[in-house]
Amino acid sequence: MATTPTTPAPKTNRIGLQVVDYRGGKTTLCAGCGHNAISERIIDAMYEMGVSPERVAKFSGIGCSSKSPAYFMNRSHSFNSVHGRMPAVATGAMLANKNLIALGVTGDGDTVSIGAGQFVHLMRRNLPIIYIIEDNGCYGLTKGQFSATADLGSTLKSGIANDLPPVDTCAMAIQLGATFVGRSFSGDKRQLHTMLKAAIAHKGTVMLDVVSPCVTFNDHEGSTKSYKYMQAHEEPLHEVSFVPAFEEINVDYDPGTTFEVTMHDGSRLRLRKLEEAYDPTDKVEAVSRLMESHAKGEVLTGVFYINAKAPSFIDMLNVTDQPLATLPESAVRPSREALEACMEELR
Amino acid sequence: MPGACGAGPATNRKVKGMATTDVVPQESSGHLGQKRVVNDMSIQVATVNGSGSQSSNTVLLRSIFQMGVPVSGKNLFPSNIAGLPTWYTIRANKDGYIARKKEIDFLVAMNAETAQDDVKALAPGASVLYDEPLALDKLRNDLIFYSVPYDKLVAPVCPEAKLRKLVKNMIYVGVVAQLLEIDMGEVEKALRKQFAKKLKAANLNLAAAKAGYDYAAANLTKRDPFVVSRMDKTSGKIIIDGNSAAAMGCMFAGCTVVTWYPITPSSSLVETMIEYMKEYRIGPDGKATFAIVQAEDELAAVGMVIGAAWAGARSMTATAGPGISLMAEFAGLAYYVEVPAVIWDIQRVGPSTGLPTRTSQGDILSTAFLSHGDTKHIMLLPYSVGECFTMAQDAFDLAEHFQTPVFVMSDLDLGMNNWMSDPFPYPDKPIKRGKVLTKEDLQKLGSFARYKDVDGDGIGYRTLPGTDHPAASYFARGSGHNEKGQYSERPDDFERNMERINKKFETARSFVPRPEIIANGKSKIGIIAFGTSHWAIIESRDQLRKEHAVETDYLRLRSYPFTREVHDFIETHDRIYVVEQNRDGQMATLLKLDIRPELTPRLRSICHIHGLPIDARSVTDELMMMEGK
Repeated sequence: MATTPTTPAPKTNRIGLQVVDYRGGKTTLCAGCGHNAISERIIDAMYEMGVSPERVAKFSGIGCSSKSPAYFMNRSHSFNSVHGRMPAVATGAMLANKNLIALGVTGDGDTVSIGAGQFVHLMRRNLPIIYIIEDNGCYGLTKGQFSATADLGSTLKSGIANDLPPVDTCAMAIQLGATFVGRSFSGDKRQLHTMLKAAIAHKGTVMLDVVSPCVTFNDHEGSTKSYKYMQAHEEPLHEVSFVPAFEEINVDYDPGTTFEVTMHDGSRLRLRKLEEAYDPTDKVEAVSRLMESHAKGEVLTGVFYINAKAPSFIDMLNVTDQPLATLPESAVRPSREALEACMEELR
Repeated sequence: MPGACGAGPATNRKVKGMATTDVVPQESSGHLGQKRVVNDMSIQVATVNGSGSQSSNTVLLRSIFQMGVPVSGKNLFPSNIAGLPTWYTIRANKDGYIARKKEIDFLVAMNAETAQDDVKALAPGASVLYDEPLALDKLRNDLIFYSVPYDKLVAPVCPEAKLRKLVKNMIYVGVVAQLLEIDMGEVEKALRKQFAKKLKAANLNLAAAKAGYDYAAANLTKRDPFVVSRMDKTSGKIIIDGNSAAAMGCMFAGCTVVTWYPITPSSSLVETMIEYMKEYRIGPDGKATFAIVQAEDELAAVGMVIGAAWAGARSMTATAGPGISLMAEFAGLAYYVEVPAVIWDIQRVGPSTGLPTRTSQGDILSTAFLSHGDTKHIMLLPYSVGECFTMAQDAFDLAEHFQTPVFVMSDLDLGMNNWMSDPFPYPDKPIKRGKVLTKEDLQKLGSFARYKDVDGDGIGYRTLPGTDHPAASYFARGSGHNEKGQYSERPDDFERNMERINKKFETARSFVPRPEIIANGKSKIGIIAFGTSHWAIIESRDQLRKEHAVETDYLRLRSYPFTREVHDFIETHDRIYVVEQNRDGQMATLLKLDIRPELTPRLRSICHIHGLPIDARSVTDELMMMEGK
């Protein structure tokens, strides 16, 4: 009785890749670190969206979060740069090759302190990039000092309380010009996953602040970036769902309870209201709502602001369709006659 | 005159110099029985910043140039938009000496604030053209004075009172032209070029120049010996500043990404480049084959350069010393991750803010080793506008070949002043992008190791992000890594990698531009210089020969790391004077690190740090003093 065992064909996405094609190296972060969960969500979102990993370029600065691009998407190029300066490196790469899909991973120290200047200008430019702040309110790699997103009064393990107010990266990003701004929690699998898929469909700067607890230095009683605190205080603004452009399924929705945004590529981002009506295309309302939630001690999550129509930085530069990086000599070296004309003007 | 060092009065020396060269016939002049000094003079114009004197000075410079006389113009300006004193020095010299001349022969005193000091600083026998109300002729009796009532002359030619301040400066051009026998036809031609797009301004200024000329002809009696006479030493030549030449060079070198942060004296490099690129690098579809981005600071500027180069673009930035300091961390990243980058350093006087509008060669050491850990960088050392153009391509070729930053060390004197030059040659080499593996290469190879020394030259193969092959990616990181770019803290991985990177630097010695050497094989004295110091050196060597019968050999450095020729030159000379425009002898220090220890006593430093372009007389005097003569 000879039977040939048959293995079912592996599951693949719309470009024929398996989820394993999106995996990276083994993580060296602490077990339970929120960053690892975010890496997993990135893998799933990229896989489900059928993004070619070869088109993705990963960027990071310095810190625990910035190590994480080594732990997902090995088939993508990656550049782990210097502390706080990832935005510049990513901007340069996108100038050179506008066909890349840029994914930046940073931390609250990397972005809000040493990198505050570059963060500001990245947001202003609306560079096409998914910029994820893995926000744990502390410096993990140097053993737990406060960062600039630590809440007023939150404590270190040693009991020392933070006496400076936090920076709200989302409010900042909205004011500065980012065109897709949201906050999530590494423990909120469904919401983060959905927001990442929408982020992939967006053309412009996506700024996602993802609260990602540091299990070693900032997960204790008194911390406002702990799993426990987030579970108690996360306040979703709406229920986020996403219909990619390549999916035919059209689920009806009620415009009275749901706000739909058509993305650049035809995908649809749906935000079903949970409490009050909220218009994510209104900057003033977005910032105001964020400040309210701060005052109430809530950690508001969701997509706070979106503008799917704004031109990206690359659009504004009006560069050739072919990436600048690989233009042939004939396109980048003017003719002999051009040099002669230049010389004639100087005689 | 500070540092005249016992040499005779300026005029005497000039006549003495004339006697030994016989290029232009000398004529006797009727007036004071004085010999005419033909095509050998320095003119200094003292004005107020923002008064439009730049146009007047350019017209004067071009007029002399159009008469076929070698000429240079140097703007000695303040760090200010308007109101502070500024000086412009024109040197015309039949022998082609166009370095700054230490002595001023002809002063045009237009600035009441500095006029007295300017006059007091002149050597006896110099001439002064001044605004009548300043009454400068009362100050000294050993100078030749000419007074001009500018306000009276300007009113009739310029009815609009608010323009008079600007037009007034064109009057001195006419007066100087008449006194120095500069052809008014050439003045008009230069003026029309200067105001090419503004006919009304051209006519107004021409009237002013003519008013000055006519006034001088009717009222001034020439008593100075200086005249400009037609020659044929500038035909076919161009006039351009080094920053514009660099901009043009980068455009023809195929640069596609420029990211920058404004800083004097480098800003005009990128600003000019924007103009050139808009004219010559927009495709038929209206789309640009370049991206130029003004960054938020120098850190971002160089970060973008590195990101763009990593993704495959020919990318560059231009800055000055303070920017170089800020770029230090990124320079180390590019060195260690092995990313090409072209960085122009238009050097100005440091440390700190220093003298932002004065020239220097003070960033040599800090740039050579820019960043922490063991780093060293390729530097190119242009001395002329021509080399600003050609070294642009050298810089990109070397950066991409060696996958490392290349610094082009220009300076304010070269970058912002106007220089004569032969027309630039069209690039004769194709653009070479270095070792980059394509999708097709990877299909053949199957895989690659980013930092493996496959060819024995230390240079690995790289891939560009976006290469459509599953094995194309690698992880670029500033942290310790092995041949495959994987994170590694292993001592052997680290050491091997650092040694390989060093091998690239050693390989570069035979790829970088070779020095220019002028040697007779007999002289025991060598001079080593680089960049704009060259112009003082060629003149100083002639002074040493003619005035002191001292023969010297000369090596002009064009790059770092030093090539074999540099070592040979030091080996074959007893005393080597390293001339540079900084305090500490930075290039001499670099050389000492490179040569056999027993040779280091041969090197002697001649250093200049006052912020004005180095002059020949100072070099000659100092060298003779060190020779003990």
